[in-house]
Amino acid sequence: MATSDAPLVAMRGIVKRFGALVANDRVYLDVRRGEIHALLGENGAGKSTLVKILDGLLQPDEGDILWEGRPVALKNPDAAGRLGIGMVFQHFSLFENLTVAENIAVALPGAGGLHAVAERIADIGRSYGLTLDPGRPVWTLSAGERQRIEIVRALLRNPKLLILDEPTSVLTPQEADGLFGTLERLAASGCGLLYITHRLEEVKRLCTRATIMRAGKVVAACDPRRESVARLASLMVGADVHDVRAAAAHPVGKVRLEVRNLHLPSPDLHGTALVGAMLSVQGGEILGVAGVAGNGQSELFAALSGESLAPQPDDVLIDGAPVGREGIDARRLRNAAFVPEERLGHAAAPGFALSENVVLSRHATGGVVRNGLVSMASAKRIAGEVIRVFDVRKGGDDPAAGTLSGGNLQKFVVGREILREPGVLVVDQPTWGVDAGAAAVIRQALIDLAARGAAVVAISQDLDELFAIADRIAVLHDGRLSAALSARTATREEIGILMAGGHATDAA
Amino acid sequence: MGMTEAVLLTVIAAAVPLLLAALGEVVVERAGVLNLGIEGMMAVGASCGFAAATLSGSTTVGIVAAVAAGVALSAVFALLTLGFAANQVASGLALTIMGLGLSGLIGAGFVGRTREAVGRLDVPGLTDLPAVGPLLFGHDPFVYGAAALTLGIAYFLKRSHPGLVLRSIGENHVSAHALGLPVLRVRVLAVLFGGACAGLAGAYLSLVYTPFWSPGMTAGRGWIALALVVFASWRPLRAAAGALVFGGATVLQLHAQAASLGLPSQALSALPYLATVVALVVMSIGRGRTSAVPGSLGVPFVPDR
Repeated sequence: MATSDAPLVAMRGIVKRFGALVANDRVYLDVRRGEIHALLGENGAGKSTLVKILDGLLQPDEGDILWEGRPVALKNPDAAGRLGIGMVFQHFSLFENLTVAENIAVALPGAGGLHAVAERIADIGRSYGLTLDPGRPVWTLSAGERQRIEIVRALLRNPKLLILDEPTSVLTPQEADGLFGTLERLAASGCGLLYITHRLEEVKRLCTRATIMRAGKVVAACDPRRESVARLASLMVGADVHDVRAAAAHPVGKVRLEVRNLHLPSPDLHGTALVGAMLSVQGGEILGVAGVAGNGQSELFAALSGESLAPQPDDVLIDGAPVGREGIDARRLRNAAFVPEERLGHAAAPGFALSENVVLSRHATGGVVRNGLVSMASAKRIAGEVIRVFDVRKGGDDPAAGTLSGGNLQKFVVGREILREPGVLVVDQPTWGVDAGAAAVIRQALIDLAARGAAVVAISQDLDELFAIADRIAVLHDGRLSAALSARTATREEIGILMAGGHATDAA
Repeated sequence: MGMTEAVLLTVIAAAVPLLLAALGEVVVERAGVLNLGIEGMMAVGASCGFAAATLSGSTTVGIVAAVAAGVALSAVFALLTLGFAANQVASGLALTIMGLGLSGLIGAGFVGRTREAVGRLDVPGLTDLPAVGPLLFGHDPFVYGAAALTLGIAYFLKRSHPGLVLRSIGENHVSAHALGLPVLRVRVLAVLFGGACAGLAGAYLSLVYTPFWSPGMTAGRGWIALALVVFASWRPLRAAAGALVFGGATVLQLHAQAASLGLPSQALSALPYLATVVALVVMSIGRGRTSAVPGSLGVPFVPDR
């Protein structure tokens, strides 16, 4: 029987298995009207699986969902939408080549023509402070604007429950503040919000209740305003949070990697061109490159690694040698190494054994190919060494890369390059989507490599990570790379303004 | 009627089958499905259309049979690629091979028979106008049908809500599914529509263009139609313009052969296909980074459960 004080939605004993992995193990969660409820947990804790069940994208293997006190079956996203469940996705569910109005109209059957939709976009924009230009194609918009489309689209369907999956992961700190205002107004109007994140400061500021998940189970429910950040973090991770150890004082050597006024169009449709990029990294230091996703990070990585060739040889220099027109192997032979962002499919071939993946990045530089033949014995020996030194947990003797967990595979692809003792290392998103333990190992390895005299460039969207490992931080915005600030003296606000395209002096 | 008008009329006639097939494929590909089986569906449409029209004595019955045959063959493709998420390229090629074989089987008893071509649909008064009369009002019903279909599909894709849903699904089926749009249902309907159009194009070949059946009479037009879709950047109106260009190339080689230029006739027969290759190369050079390719084109969709 439905009663007025029943929670808006209650999930009871939800179990979801993917093969042998239990992604959700008897999970209980309820959200009330007008509250902002935080769902906390590390990557891989099962948060996304749980909300996909709530949005009808996945079917639970066991358990019930009660909507306003009544059991419901959420067979597909359409069924969830008709009940009043809306979702703002972590990776946007937008259509790049369609306009803003088309992106919104497609989810609103019977909304009338595009003009009618444009008017409703303007209305909701006025009430919630979400301004959008309905005629622009989505690929021309920033991540913050894209997220506004997602939110406006969800709001126009009049949701009673709005799920937000890591909404601030692509926002500058200032854009995030704007979002929080919108969410508070929504909650005040009676909408229930389920807010998924692993950023604890946000939770303490915004949320009135929190459910914490670890390894597929609910481990705690609490009022985040009454808990310390450290206590929330240890609930999430299950142990005290790992910290990286700063390197002992070591000399900073001569410049080992330099980029001089590099202009480079993006090879991708809807990519970001690099405009006059300049950077120089000395041996012994780590340069962090911050920025919101899609501001030229992959293009910068490709230009440094040689996947994209620069227009002029002296646009990129490694140890003083002009390498702008040299490919990735030629640069590896100059003792540089590269770890791309995408673990599966870019850094490693998922269906290949770990030893075969060693050959993929080491075939030119070290002992695994002789007279045109691959020496599998050497490859296996190197793979074994990476596995031992970086504590890569795996099943089987030499398993396929795709069978490793994200954190273990990331340790493997980073370790594969670091054990070569490169003089220059460029790494894109070193710990994206890996658990805290693996992240600490990888960050420590980068710090130690720099302490041994290598120049390291770490491109990352995680500001906390950059402040923890980098000596200097430069910011990439719209293909333009800022001057590097000292990580010791720069503030999050300064970096945030640069991430939004402002200038460092604006912060003063 | 002057020489120019006569040539233009033959160009339009050569363009119609290309346009009909290409319009269907535009809708299919805009929904994110690549059906390489047009040639096969056209051939089956041509043989079924001719057989049914000859047996019943009714052109209308022939057209209905051709469309039904195209739909039936595309339903096989839909079952394979959408039902079982089979590879679309391999399934499409198999569909062409199967269609060409099947058409020969169905048409075997009708080789050498002829029937009256479908007549022009004259508009009293207007058709007799000087110069423009025959060009605008002197065609068979297929030409008007193709023109109406072009405008209708252009309006459907650009303005209607179902058209927007179809484009979204072709652009990014993962997002579309997450928004609750019926990805597979829309794709099945699009594929069946593409089959109907290809069948209709086949009927035009065997009932109007050359009113008889012979094996292999589609002569690669299905492939030209596929190229036409790319050439037209997946837009119906551009497909109509492109069909006239390719139709023009077909007619040009006939006239060039008649004028005995001293070139081998095989080289001239290759002209429309050569024009297709050149057009595709020019298009891909000129397009550069701004591509109109539907984002999910050719990618099988299997939702998580």
